[in-house]
Amino acid sequence: MNQYLFNILLLVFMSLNSYADVWNSPYTLDKSKKETLFSSFSLPYKHLDPVVSYSKRELMIISNIYEPVVGYNYLKRPYILEPLTLTSMPEIIYLNKQQEQVYEESSEVAFSQYTFHLRGDIFYQNHPAFALSKKGDYLYHHVRQEALEKIKSLDDFQKQGSRKLVASDYAYAIKRMAVRQNHSPILDIIQEYVVGLESFSKKITKIAKEQKSKGEELNLSSYKIEGVKVIDDRTFTITLKGKYPQFLYWMSMNFFAPIPWEADIFYQQKGLIAKNITLNEFPVGTGAYYLAENNPNKELRLVANPNYHDAFYPTLTQKEAEASHISAELLKDAGRKLPFIKEIIYSLEKESIPLWNKFLQGYYDASGISSSAFDQAIQVSSVGDMGLSEEMKERGIQLKAFIEPSIFYLAFNMVDPIVGGYSSSAKKLRQAISIAQNEEEYISIFTNERGVAAQSPIPPQIFGHLEGKEGCNLYVYNWINGKCVRKSLDEAKQLLSEAGYPNGISKETGKALTLNYDTTASGPDDKALMDWRRKQFAKLGIQLVIRGTDYNRFQDKVRKGKTQLFSWGWSADYPDPENFLFLLYGANSAVTTNGAGVNSANYNNPKYNKLFEEIKSMKNSPKRLEKIKEMIAIAQADAPWVWGMHPKSMALHHAWFSNVLPNAMSDDTLKYKRIDGELRVKKQEEWNQPVLLPLILLFLFPILMAYPLYRAYQSRQKAVIKEEK
Amino acid sequence: MLSYVIKRILYAIPILIGVNLITFMLFFTINTPDDMARSQLGAKRVTAEMIEAWKVDKGYDKPLFINEKAEGLAVVTDTLFVKESLKLFTFDFGFSDANRNIGEDIKERMVPSLAIALPTFMIALVTNISLALLLVLFRGSALDTSMMVVAVMIMSVSGLFYIIAGQVIFSKMWHWVPISGYASGWEGVKFVILPVLIGVFSGIGAGVRWYRSIFLEQINQDYVRTARAKGLSELKVLFGHVLGNGMLPILTGVVVVIPQLFMGSLIMESFFGIPGLGSYTIDAINAQDFAIVKAMVFLGSVLYIVGLILTDISYTLFDPRVKLGA
Repeated sequence: MNQYLFNILLLVFMSLNSYADVWNSPYTLDKSKKETLFSSFSLPYKHLDPVVSYSKRELMIISNIYEPVVGYNYLKRPYILEPLTLTSMPEIIYLNKQQEQVYEESSEVAFSQYTFHLRGDIFYQNHPAFALSKKGDYLYHHVRQEALEKIKSLDDFQKQGSRKLVASDYAYAIKRMAVRQNHSPILDIIQEYVVGLESFSKKITKIAKEQKSKGEELNLSSYKIEGVKVIDDRTFTITLKGKYPQFLYWMSMNFFAPIPWEADIFYQQKGLIAKNITLNEFPVGTGAYYLAENNPNKELRLVANPNYHDAFYPTLTQKEAEASHISAELLKDAGRKLPFIKEIIYSLEKESIPLWNKFLQGYYDASGISSSAFDQAIQVSSVGDMGLSEEMKERGIQLKAFIEPSIFYLAFNMVDPIVGGYSSSAKKLRQAISIAQNEEEYISIFTNERGVAAQSPIPPQIFGHLEGKEGCNLYVYNWINGKCVRKSLDEAKQLLSEAGYPNGISKETGKALTLNYDTTASGPDDKALMDWRRKQFAKLGIQLVIRGTDYNRFQDKVRKGKTQLFSWGWSADYPDPENFLFLLYGANSAVTTNGAGVNSANYNNPKYNKLFEEIKSMKNSPKRLEKIKEMIAIAQADAPWVWGMHPKSMALHHAWFSNVLPNAMSDDTLKYKRIDGELRVKKQEEWNQPVLLPLILLFLFPILMAYPLYRAYQSRQKAVIKEEK
Repeated sequence: MLSYVIKRILYAIPILIGVNLITFMLFFTINTPDDMARSQLGAKRVTAEMIEAWKVDKGYDKPLFINEKAEGLAVVTDTLFVKESLKLFTFDFGFSDANRNIGEDIKERMVPSLAIALPTFMIALVTNISLALLLVLFRGSALDTSMMVVAVMIMSVSGLFYIIAGQVIFSKMWHWVPISGYASGWEGVKFVILPVLIGVFSGIGAGVRWYRSIFLEQINQDYVRTARAKGLSELKVLFGHVLGNGMLPILTGVVVVIPQLFMGSLIMESFFGIPGLGSYTIDAINAQDFAIVKAMVFLGSVLYIVGLILTDISYTLFDPRVKLGA
C-alpha cells in the first residue's frame, strides 16, 4: 500500500517537474522554451470554413491558414494591398457591352475583368485528402464505413500528401460560396457583381439539395461560372458587372481563399462528419500555419506549415517607415524568412480574472485590458495621456494602442414622425440632441478614455477622414484656438427652441418632449450608463424613456423601423470610405430591405445618395475626396446619427513577444511575430517561485493536532460511559 | 425488482415527452427560427434568402406542433416537435446549429466534468460524513458549537468567492498550482487539485450540518445504547452502527446526485477553464442553438430519472425490509 502511494506521489512530482522550475505553469518546460505563442479563446469557434467565417476571432485563426490572392502589407499605413499568392497585383481591364476593351474612365464600361497570375511555388499543407496510392488513386476519398469508425482525428490517417496550388482552387472556392447550403454571408453582395454568379447559385443550390437527399457527394469541379474562368493552372480571370474597385478588398478576405476539391470531397464522408472532422473544423490551406489540433472545448493548436512557400518580413524605406510611424525595432527582421513562431496554442479561458492573472504570471504572451484590470495596467495623467502603470513597467510589459476602424453611434430613426424627417425643425431637434450628448464625457466615464469622439462616419486612417478644422463637425462643435470644442448647452437649447420645443416643451401640445431609447443594455450593470443617457436628454428638458429589450426583439424593432433612438455600431470590412458611407445610403435602409440593409437609421437624402453612387466606384483621388467632403457635410447637417465614437483598442504584451503591430484589416499577422522562449522561461521562474512556508505549516497542522484530539477522544469516551451509567 | 425498474422506465417516457414539450414551447416563445438564423449567420449583411436557406437546411422551416399543409397523420408527424423528439428517444442528438455532432461533444466534455465532479463528490462525502461524526462524538461541546458556527459561515459565502480567493491565494500568491487549464491523464492532476479542494471546502458547511442532524437522530436510539453496553468504543459505535443506520436518508440525497455529476458545474468549469459540460447549455442558450439546448435538457431529465431509480434500488441494498415492486 505504502509502495503504491509512493509511486503515485512520484508520478505527481514528475509531472510537476516537467513543467519548469515552477509549480503553477500550465505548460511543459519544453513548450515554454520554444518559439511557441500562448494565447486564449473564451468561446468555442463556430466556423473555420472560410466561405462562412466572418467574425474577427475566427478570422484570427483561419487567416493564418488560408491564403487569398492578395493581403495587406503588415507595416505600411494607410493599409495597402499586395500580392500573397500572385506574382504581381491583378491586371484589370474594362470592357463594353460588346466585350471590347475600353478606357477605365469611359462611360461605356459594362464589365471589369481581373486577371490573376499565381506563383508556381505554393503547396498545400500535408493532409490525408491529398494522399495517393501507388496507382495514383486518392487513398481516403471514399473510405469504408468500418475503417472510418477507427478514425478519431486526422492524425489517424497513416498517409498524408500535398499538391501545388492551382487557379481552379480559387474558382472552386467561389463555387462553394454559391451553394446556399454553405451559408456564405457575402454571397448576396458578390453575386450582384460577378457575372453569372446569381444564376449559377440558383442552379448549384438545387443540385446540392438533390445530391444531399440522395446521399451523394457533390464535386463542384465540373461546374462553371460564366464570370470565373480558369485559363491555365496559374491563371484565372473574374469578370464583374460594371466597375467595383472594392472587389480587390473582398478578394483579400478568406471567402475567396483557395479550396482544393480533394478536401471538399474528403470531408463529405458521413463517417467523418459524425466525428466532427469537417472542413469547418479542420481547414486545408497554403498559409504559414496549419491547424494541428482543434478541440473547440479546450485547445486549438497552430503549427508552422512545413510546405510554406518563401515569404519574407516586409522591408520599408526610411520614408515609408516614417510615413507609417514604424519604429526601427519593427524593422529589425526586414527581409528575413517567415514565419518566426513555430507553434501557437490557444487555450479555453472563459473568465477575464484568470486570464489576466495568467498574463501577469507570464503564461500568456499578450492580453487585452478588461475594465476591471484597467486601473492596475494603465495610468492616466492629469492631462488625459495614458501610459503603463509602474507595475507593468517593472515587468517589462509593453502597451499597443490604436484607433479601430469602427464607429459606435446613437441613431435617430429617420422614418419616425418625431425625431426623423428632413424639415428644418427636425434637423434642429437632432442637432440640439447631438450637442447635448457629451461623447467626450461618455468616453471618459464608460470606456476609460478608450475612444475618440467621431465627427463623421469615417474613422481615422481611412481615406476621407479629415483632421483639424476641416474634420470638425461644426454643427456640434466650435473651432476655438485650434481645437474642436463642443457647443454650449445654450446653443443646443436655442436650436431646440427653434425646432419647436423650448425648454423641451412642445409648442404644439404643451407637454414635455418624451423620446424612447431602445436598448439591450437593461441589466443592473447597465444602470449607470442608462442614468447617464437620461441625464444627457434631461439637460435639454427632454424625457428619455429607456425601453429595455432582448437582442432578438431589439433587432426586430430596428428592422421594422419601430424605434426612435438606439445605439448601433459598425466595423470596417475593408479600408475604403465606401464601407462607412454606405451606412447612410438610402437604398441600404433597414426598413426597405427587411433588415438586410446596413442603414439602420433609414437615412435617405437624394443628394447624399447621388454622391454615394458616384464615389463608390471611384478610386481614391482628390476628386473623390471632394465628393466625400460634400457627403459628410450633408450628413452632418441632417444629423441622422449622434456621431458617437471611434473605439481605441489597447493591448499589452510581454517583453519576449516582439514585432507586434496592431493591424485592424489583416489577421494573417502571426507569421511576422517573434517569441524569445528563453527570456520567457527566465521571467516565469522569477515571477512564480512557490512559497513553501504555508505548505509546511499545512503538513504540520494535523501532526500537531493529533495528540490533543486523541486526548479529547479519550475523555469523551469516558464521559459517554458515565452518561450511560 | 426488474419489473419495478421496467415500470419506472415506462413511467419516464411521458415525463420526458412533457419535458421536451415544455422545452420546445419555452425556447420558441423567446426565439423564432428567424432569430436563430440571424444568430448563426452573424450580425452583418443577413438577407431574407440567407435566412430561408438556413431554416430549410436545419429543418426549422417546418411548423412547430401542427402542420396545416399536411394531410392525415402527417399533420402531427411532419412537424419540428415530432421529428426532433423521436430522435432524442434513440439518443441521437443530431448536429448543433453550428454543425457539430452533439453526441460526440457530450462524450468529449463529460470526461473533464467528471474529472472535477467525481473526486469532489467522493472527497466531500467522506470528509463531510467524517466531520459530522466527529461533531456528533463531541456533541454539545465547545468544539461542536464553534464548528457549527464555522459551518454556517462557510455556507453564507458565495461559491464564487471561494473560487476567486482560491485562485488568488494558491496560484497567484503562493504559486502552488496553475490558475486554470486542463490536461488529461497524470498531467491533469495539477489542474484538478484546486477546483476539487474548493468544491469540497465550499460544500463542507451545508454537508456537515445535514449529516450531523441525521446522525444526531440516531445517537440516542436503543441500538446505540446496546452497542455501547457491549463495550464498543465510540468510534466503532459511530462508524459501525450510527453510520449504517443513517445511510437511508443519506442515500436519498446522495445517489440521486450521482448521474448529475456528468453535467458538470458551470461556474467552476468557467473559472478553471475546464472543457466540461457545465457551460455547454448556457453557451447554447446564448447562441440560440436549440439543437444543443433540447439535447441537454433531455439528457438532464434522463439522468435525473436514472438517479431516482438508483436511489430506490440502493434502499434495498442498505435496508432488507425494503422490497421494490412488492
